Amino acid sequence: MIHGGNPALELDGVCAAYGPYRALFGVSFSVQEGAALALLGPNGAGKSTVARVVSGLVPASSGRIRVGGSDVTGKPAWAIARTGLSHVPEGRGVFDSLSVEENLVLSLRRRAGRRNLAASLERAYARFPLLAERRHHRVGTLSGGQQRLVSLAKVLVVPPRVLVADELSLGLAPSVVDDVYAAFADVRRSGTALVVVEQQVDRALGLASTAVVLEHGSVAYVGPPSGARGVVAQVLSRRSRPGSADRR
Amino acid sequence: MEQLLGFAVPGVPYGCAYAVFAVGLVLTYQTTGVFNFGYGAQAYASAFVFAWLVDDHAWPTWAAFVCAVVVLGPGLGLVFDRFLFRRIPSTNTTAKIVTGLSLLVGIPALLPVVFGNGNLVGAPSIVFNPGTVYFHLGAGVPVNGTYLSAALFTVAMLVVLVLLLRTTHLGLEMRAAAESSRLLELEGVNARRVTATAWAVSGLMAGIAGVLLAPTEVTIQPQDYVTLMVAAIAAAACAALRSMPVAALFGVLIGVVSLTAQGYLPTSSFWYSAVLPAFPFIVLVGALLFVPGLRRLGQATDPLSSVDPPLPLPAARARGREIDRIVRTGFWALLFAFVASMLTWMPPAWETVLNQGMAYSVVFLSVTFLTGTAGQLSLAQATLAGIAAFTAGQLASHLGLDFLAGAVLGALAASLVAGLLAFASLRLRGLGLALMTLAAALLFDVAVFPAQAVSGGTGGLALESRWLPLDLLSSNGHAYFLLAFVVLVVCAGAVTLVQRGTVGRFLAAMRGSELGAAGVGVNLAWQRVLAFALSGALAGVGGTLLAIQQTVIAPGEFNYQLSLAFVVIVVTTGVGTVEGAIQAGIGLVVLEQLLQYAPQRMQGLAFVVFAIGALTYAAHPEGIVELEKRRWTGRAERALKRLRRAPAPAVTGRP
Ligand SMILES: Nc1ncnc2c1ncn2[C@@H]1O[C@H](COP(=O)(O)OP(=O)(O)OP(=O)(O)O)[C@@H](O)[C@H]1O
Ligand SMILES: [Mg+2]
Repeated sequence: MIHGGNPALELDGVCAAYGPYRALFGVSFSVQEGAALALLGPNGAGKSTVARVVSGLVPASSGRIRVGGSDVTGKPAWAIARTGLSHVPEGRGVFDSLSVEENLVLSLRRRAGRRNLAASLERAYARFPLLAERRHHRVGTLSGGQQRLVSLAKVLVVPPRVLVADELSLGLAPSVVDDVYAAFADVRRSGTALVVVEQQVDRALGLASTAVVLEHGSVAYVGPPSGARGVVAQVLSRRSRPGSADRR
Repeated sequence: MEQLLGFAVPGVPYGCAYAVFAVGLVLTYQTTGVFNFGYGAQAYASAFVFAWLVDDHAWPTWAAFVCAVVVLGPGLGLVFDRFLFRRIPSTNTTAKIVTGLSLLVGIPALLPVVFGNGNLVGAPSIVFNPGTVYFHLGAGVPVNGTYLSAALFTVAMLVVLVLLLRTTHLGLEMRAAAESSRLLELEGVNARRVTATAWAVSGLMAGIAGVLLAPTEVTIQPQDYVTLMVAAIAAAACAALRSMPVAALFGVLIGVVSLTAQGYLPTSSFWYSAVLPAFPFIVLVGALLFVPGLRRLGQATDPLSSVDPPLPLPAARARGREIDRIVRTGFWALLFAFVASMLTWMPPAWETVLNQGMAYSVVFLSVTFLTGTAGQLSLAQATLAGIAAFTAGQLASHLGLDFLAGAVLGALAASLVAGLLAFASLRLRGLGLALMTLAAALLFDVAVFPAQAVSGGTGGLALESRWLPLDLLSSNGHAYFLLAFVVLVVCAGAVTLVQRGTVGRFLAAMRGSELGAAGVGVNLAWQRVLAFALSGALAGVGGTLLAIQQTVIAPGEFNYQLSLAFVVIVVTTGVGTVEGAIQAGIGLVVLEQLLQYAPQRMQGLAFVVFAIGALTYAAHPEGIVELEKRRWTGRAERALKRLRRAPAPAVTGRP
């Protein structure tokens, strides 16, 4: 794998807002191919907003976003997805009303190609036998953890150029979290640039080569994971001081 | 057996019509997430244009078909998508319903304006000759072209659509887009294009259905399409808006069962005259109460809806002291001028019209209260008004009660019915609740109001009274004006008081978020029943007031179409405020009166105007009149400041 060279994902002074409510103030960082970045911060810091801006769900009000060197700022979400960026959103990221197989087909047909569809489905089922059993069940009938597996299967079978995973391990049993992190390591090995949003700081820092800590929509720290622990602790303690929690 | 077949077979074309529409509704819901009340209007538009081209302009059938169905059908669908439904956030069920309703009200009213009035006769059937008997079922049941084309077309359409939705990749993308277009975009699919395609397909289906089913009716009337729609809604509801084959099956069943029962029941019986016409609505109520899938109807499906910014807060109502004084002075001056003119120089024709407008305003207050304050959508407000009017009239003429006492009891009756309706539909919300009220309105329309015992049959019910000088009130505009004015002021005051009180705050909490309101200890069930009951009482008072002006209440006076129009009208002017209701009432009658001077074909234009207004509901839930008012107050305020050269405060900074 080539490390260095073009960054797979690059943010440059990105600001964003929800209608009148501003959420990001000049966020910059970049991730190389095959590298992993842990995006940390307290609740409401703007981690999910960064993920949404990157994937085009929320438009950037200023700043630039580049995927694989080409500018995607202002492009619609589907066009950004086609440049090879996968965003697994917070919470449910699959279609409740469709079956497991339909969910996989929807994702894999475009990314693996129509001809490789059957083969990539087989690979997904081989990796997660549980999904093979449930392939014709509606996803809405699956447990939250099983739904995450569907999300994971989609990105594992055809690794994207950039994977943005927003709290993918939230609320999962520890053994399943291990699965998730094993999967992250897998896709990373195949050259995917990873952006992992996490509540479990230690897990994320163990995986990451870079850490970004957000506070109130701005970057409080960028650098090696070793330095991030202190900053996170500091940010959290600032937040829990009385009177400062609601300030925006 | 022979007899059964003889009765049942003529039900097939009706059943097929219901089935085709039901399938169309399910299709639209499954592929776009919108329950398209406008579907019937789309079908009507295609049928109308088709017949217009063939009958009035002697186009060849195929050319008219291409123009009215292949072009207009998908075209309308695309326009609906591009300019209306695309702009509505996926979680805003009320906006979707109101938009669909305004299409249902607006399109049939618009067509005669554009194409001229004319009784268009159903155009020739395209496939089979409708009159020709092709073969006999059993020994003596003839099967003619109408039956054949209906059955053939229904089956063909069902097969094509099921194949499209279940086996093609486009169908898969459409179903995904209906659940969450954002999630679909994350997969690299242009969800807007998929949704637009879905709208085009559903528009095409509506067009084909409209044209192919037209020959079963003698003339093309918008009412036929709306009635058709309701039966179709019932069938679609039985299928929980999920399965097209099930919807089709129930559609055919409703048609066949109705006509079979019609054959067997004696024409003089209660069953024949009241229950039979109401059959589809009874099915709809049953489905809403007992099909479990419908309870989740209108619940947000999009896991990414948290990406949407919150709804804009109602702009600050506080005006500067200066402006406030001007507005207040202006208001009192206007009120005084209005009262003075009504009592002096107003021409009698206009006086009558404005009087009626005030009575409407009282009914509209009930919409303001229910939808604006409590956030519940009811499509039965005209029915509630009618219940009160008929109760009052009957009590006066039969029990010897005075009309005044009757009016009070009438309002109570309306309130009771509304409360019961709310109680029966406690488990429903959003779309389910709207459909329930619609079904109730239709039930009353066909089964209750026309009954001899209620309305005195077709002749209508004449009002009598001893204490209330009814003759004077109906003949003397001034007297009626004073009555209506007092009633309106009292009702408006009552609504304002309730809005500001504890109940109002509970209701506002419920409107904001039912879950959140329940969390802070609001008893949702009780609040909803209460809101319905109060709004029923208001509608009742307004209905009685309308009845007094007319002296005779016709059975068709308070029909469901009026209820639909009510919602559309009030939403246009502003559903959040008491002024909105009054503007709606006066605006409606003034517009209608002005149109009296316009050519005959323009008559329906008033509803078109309001329907267009209501189409802005999604963007401006406060109503466009209210919006303009706020804009102008803002402007005036700024102008005043500039005049004073007062330094403007900084408006920057994060909210
Ligand atoms: N739809 C929205 N409308 C308005 N403001 C929003 C919206 N979504 C998020 N915000 C605000 O933007 C800020 C950043 O939110 P974001 O969801 O990105 O935080 P986060 O770091 O992901 O938090 P969490 O750990 O809770 O997921 C918060 O202050 C939040 O209140
Ligand atoms: Mg988040």
